[in-house]
Formats: sequence, structure tokens, C-alpha cells
Amino acid sequence: MTELTGVSSGLLLDNGDRGGRLALSAGGAWTAERAGELERLIERVIARHRRVGNVDIDMGAVERLDTFGAWLLERLRRGLAEAGGEPRIIGLSEHYSGLLTQASGLNRVGTAVPRRSALAAALAVLGRAVSRMAADVVAVLAMTGALAAATGRVVARPASFRLTSTVNQMERVGWRAVPVVALITFLIGGILAQQGLFHFRQFGADLYVVDMVGILGLREVGVLMVAIMVAGRSGSSYTAELGSMKMREEIDALRTMGIDPVDVLVLPRVLALVLTVPCLTFLGAMAALYGGGLMAWLYGGMSPEAFLSRLQEAISLDDLAVGLIKAPFMALVIGVIASVQGLAVEGSAESLGRKTTESVVKSIFLVILLDGLFAMFFASIGM
Amino acid sequence: MVTMTDPANDTVIRVRDLVVGFDGAPVLDGLSLDVRRGEILGFVGASGAGKSVLMRTIIGLVPKRAGSIEVDGVDLGAASPGARRAIERRWGILFQQGALFSSLTVRQNVQFPMREYLRLSRRLLDEIAVAKLEMVGLPPEVGDKYPSELSGGMTKRVALARALALDPDIVFLDEPTSGLDPIGAGEFDDLIRTLQRTLELTVFMVTHDLDSLHTVCDRIAVLAEGRVITAGPIPTVLASEHPWVKSYFHGKRSRVGGARAA
Repeated sequence: MTELTGVSSGLLLDNGDRGGRLALSAGGAWTAERAGELERLIERVIARHRRVGNVDIDMGAVERLDTFGAWLLERLRRGLAEAGGEPRIIGLSEHYSGLLTQASGLNRVGTAVPRRSALAAALAVLGRAVSRMAADVVAVLAMTGALAAATGRVVARPASFRLTSTVNQMERVGWRAVPVVALITFLIGGILAQQGLFHFRQFGADLYVVDMVGILGLREVGVLMVAIMVAGRSGSSYTAELGSMKMREEIDALRTMGIDPVDVLVLPRVLALVLTVPCLTFLGAMAALYGGGLMAWLYGGMSPEAFLSRLQEAISLDDLAVGLIKAPFMALVIGVIASVQGLAVEGSAESLGRKTTESVVKSIFLVILLDGLFAMFFASIGM
Repeated sequence: MVTMTDPANDTVIRVRDLVVGFDGAPVLDGLSLDVRRGEILGFVGASGAGKSVLMRTIIGLVPKRAGSIEVDGVDLGAASPGARRAIERRWGILFQQGALFSSLTVRQNVQFPMREYLRLSRRLLDEIAVAKLEMVGLPPEVGDKYPSELSGGMTKRVALARALALDPDIVFLDEPTSGLDPIGAGEFDDLIRTLQRTLELTVFMVTHDLDSLHTVCDRIAVLAEGRVITAGPIPTVLASEHPWVKSYFHGKRSRVGGARAA
């Protein structure tokens, strides 16, 4: 008689081969808690007995059987049968016969997942990424087109314009963003001035700090910081709002009522961004100048009068215009990306999170790319 | 495993003088209810009467103001966290909307409780997951789908498979047949009946479906005015004189009332 595990468990005893007749006796609780242990025992029994004749599996001492136990018993039976044996289950309480009958019908269909090589898998990932990128470009173009069409409809029938919604969105993305935008650009202006003073002082060029703060503040810092903050603050919330509306079939409900979601949901939001981001940019540029001026006074000992008179020489209206011209385009990019991602959300919570992240990452990337293109454009027209 | 063979102690869930409320007036006011081992108890009541609240209170999602809830003689209010977990490990819950984890596949949803509580090999996990899906009448291929790709009936079945993942003794079903067509609902009732017999489950079923009440439930408890106003097999409940019970079971849509009208 061979004991397969410690006596304490007693789940399955191998009573050995007796004249071409194998006897196994089971006991204890064949339940979920013991399933891991049982599986190992069963595998060992199956591996040990190749080409056995009749096998009796005595289940008489089993106290309890659940679906885990019933399945493992079935697996033992199938394993032995495959090895050429003729297993019989004896002594099992009548009570469990229904469960056993059910188990004997389970897992009949092969469920093996076909394995692919690592190279094929890597190529598949690459291929999917490329096709997704192409689909993204198409989706952005389609959304831009849909927005243009919606704008056209509004121009043709001004009464259909969602004014309340637009004003509400402007309050959310514009007015409520004022404190954080002003604070951050003020701090950036101050940091630029401090760094400039520290380094320019070494060759006595303190005064040029004003040029740097003025030009950078108006042309780049104001608009870029605002665009990045708006992408993080409002773009993400647009994606999450539209995405959860999509998940709850609200978008479908709108469509069935003959209303284009672009008209009622996307246009007011994108328009609110296009209108408010230039205002925030102006505010941001002013705050950056203020921060720079304050830092030049407190840290560099440059009087406000000196700062202002130098500033008048250093910057022109062109610098402000460059910043303000870029702003609505950046707003449009943020709004379109956020809407595309929001409407691409699928059923799961994970997809909502992923699309919101994508929305912010892609809009910040595109905003910076756009800024670079604008820099080349303005340089070539001499602005 | 000992309790199962003990016929004297056949009350699995014993609720006594339960009071549950949110703000203001209590929803459940002095409710008492027994659920017996191995029965399917149908729990009915008007919408908003607090059926789901009772279920959620028993499983510990809603705090109670007063009263006691005992499961197998263990008072859940006074039990240690370990004892509570041991009880929780023995029940499975089918939520009304399925409550499947949307970021996991069907297979992973069914395997989730097993992965948390049991140490099983990958092969066994996969086999058991397929087995559970087959038990609720789904083909193994469904395992690779995500919950958002399932129909309403399939979602219910997957949720049932997940509720049964650890072979619980007690199953709570919150409106299992809501949102299913009558044929699908009938099939689901049969499924519950079959599984209850093979797995010897105790089933606590919140339902509105008169057919379910007539075909699968051993006993019915009726909730009104924050209490159980009558409980027992169908004839006992049909004999009740309470106006809500009368209009519910003898109304136009009921079997009794409908048959009389025809």
C-alpha cells in the first residue's frame, strides 16, 4: 500500500496494483480548499499508472464533494481512461450523483489557446499600434469636419445655437481656471527672471533679463503653460464626461432623437475653449510679466520704472499678437482631441481611464508640436 | 460541513428585529426573517419597499441601526473580522446589473474569487472556470469576451457563474430574471433550480417575477411597511388578507387573477 501524502490529509490513497486491478480509495473533504493539493495527488496517480487494467476508485469515505472535487474526480477518471484503464467510481454517496453527472459533461470541448511565437506577437502589437495611429488621424480629421459642419449649421440657423451650454462651459473652463493660471504663470515669470538675473549678472547683462522675460512671457510661456494646464484641467474632464455619457448610452439616446451629439455636446465645449483660451493666454502673459518684474525688483534690485522702460524697448505688439494668435488653434486641438477620445470610450471603466490619459498626453504633445510649427511660421514671415 | 448534516439547526440566516434607515424614517422597521437550509426563498415587495436594502444589509453593504443578523448561528454584528470573512467566503452574490468587473474578461471574472482565496494551478483555474461557465449554460468561448460584449442574459449567467465560483452554500440573487425575456427568464429559473439541487444551495432571491415565485420558490416572504407581513409556501401567502399581497398575487398580471379573468 502506498500513501501518497501525509496520513493527516487522507485525500487519496493508492492501494497498489493487485493482479491487474488497481484500487484507489479517497477520503476527507474534496472541496475548493483542498483542490490544489488534490490536483497534485491526481496528477501523480495518473502519471504512475500507465497501462493499468481496471481501476476502482472508492469514494466511500469522502465526507464532502463540491464542484471542484467533482471535476477533479472526473479528471482522474479521464486521465486513467486515457492511459488505457477502465476506471470505476464506487461507493460515492447517492446524494452526489447529480454533481458527478454534471462534471462528466464538463470541459469536453478543447479550450487550448493557440500559442504564437514572440516575434509574431511583437509584430502584431506593432501592426495594431500603426493601424490605431492611422485610425486616430482619421478620427481627428472626421471630428474637425463634423465641427465645421456643425458650425455651418449654426451660422445658417443661429437659433439652433446652444448659448446656455456654451456660456456654462466658458465659466467652467475659463473663469474658474483664472486663479490657477494666474498663479502658475506668475511663478514661472518669477523663476525665469531669477534664473536670468543669476546667470546674466556674470557678464553684466542684467538688463537683458527684461528682454528675455518679456519676449518669452508673451510669445511662449503664457500660451504654452495655459494650453498645457487647460489640456490637463478641461481636456481630461471633457473626455471623462463624453466617455461616461457614451457608456451610459446617453449619446445613443441623443442620436435616436435626431440630434447630432456634435451639435449639442462637442461644439459648445470646443467653442468655449476657443473663446476662453486666448483670454487666459493674455492673463497668463501679464501674470508672467508681473512675476518677472517683481522678481527683478526684489531679487535683482531693478526698480519697477527701469523694468517698465526697458520692457517698452524690448517688446512690441507683435510679441503679444504671436501668443494670442496661437491660443485659439491650441484650444481647438485640445477640444478636438478630448472629444475624439471621449467618444471612443468603450464599455469598461478601464477604457474610460485609458482614453482620458490618452486625451491629455496627445493634446499636450500636439500643442507643443503646433508651437514648434508656429515658431517656424512666424520666423519666416518675420514676426 | 458539520452543519450540513445537522437537521436540528436548519435555519441558515436568522434576522431579528432589524432596523435599517438612511436619513429620517427607517426603511426596515423591526424586520424578522428566517431562511432555511436548502430552500429557495423568494422575497417580494413593492418597488422601493426595501428588498434590496435587506439583502445588502445581510451581506454587510448597508449598516443596520438595530437588531441582529445571524448566519449559521454566528452573529454578524459581533463576529470578529476573521469569522466574518469565513462567512463571506461561503456566500455568493448575483447583483442586479451583474456587477462584472469591466476590465477583466469573463474567464478572469469567474476566476477572480478563486485566485483571491485558493491556491490553484493555472490549468485547474482554467478548467474550473470553463466548468462553471458550462454549468450556467454558456459555451467556453464566452470566457475570452469582455463584459461589455455580452447580452443581458449572458451577463446574468456570467454573474451567476462568478457568484458560484467558490462553491458557496448560500446564494443571494437580486432580481435574477429582471431584464430577460419570458423564455430566457424561464430558462434562468430552471438553471437556478437545477444548480440549487445539485449544489445543495440555499437561495435568497429578491424578485418581482410572478412566474419565478410560482415555479422555483419553496417559500415566499412578503415585505411591506418595513416588515415581513407574511412568509410561507405559495398557498399560505395566497391566503393572506393583506391588501398589497392580495393585489399582487390576485391582480391582472398574476396567474391566479389572470386565470380567473379568463
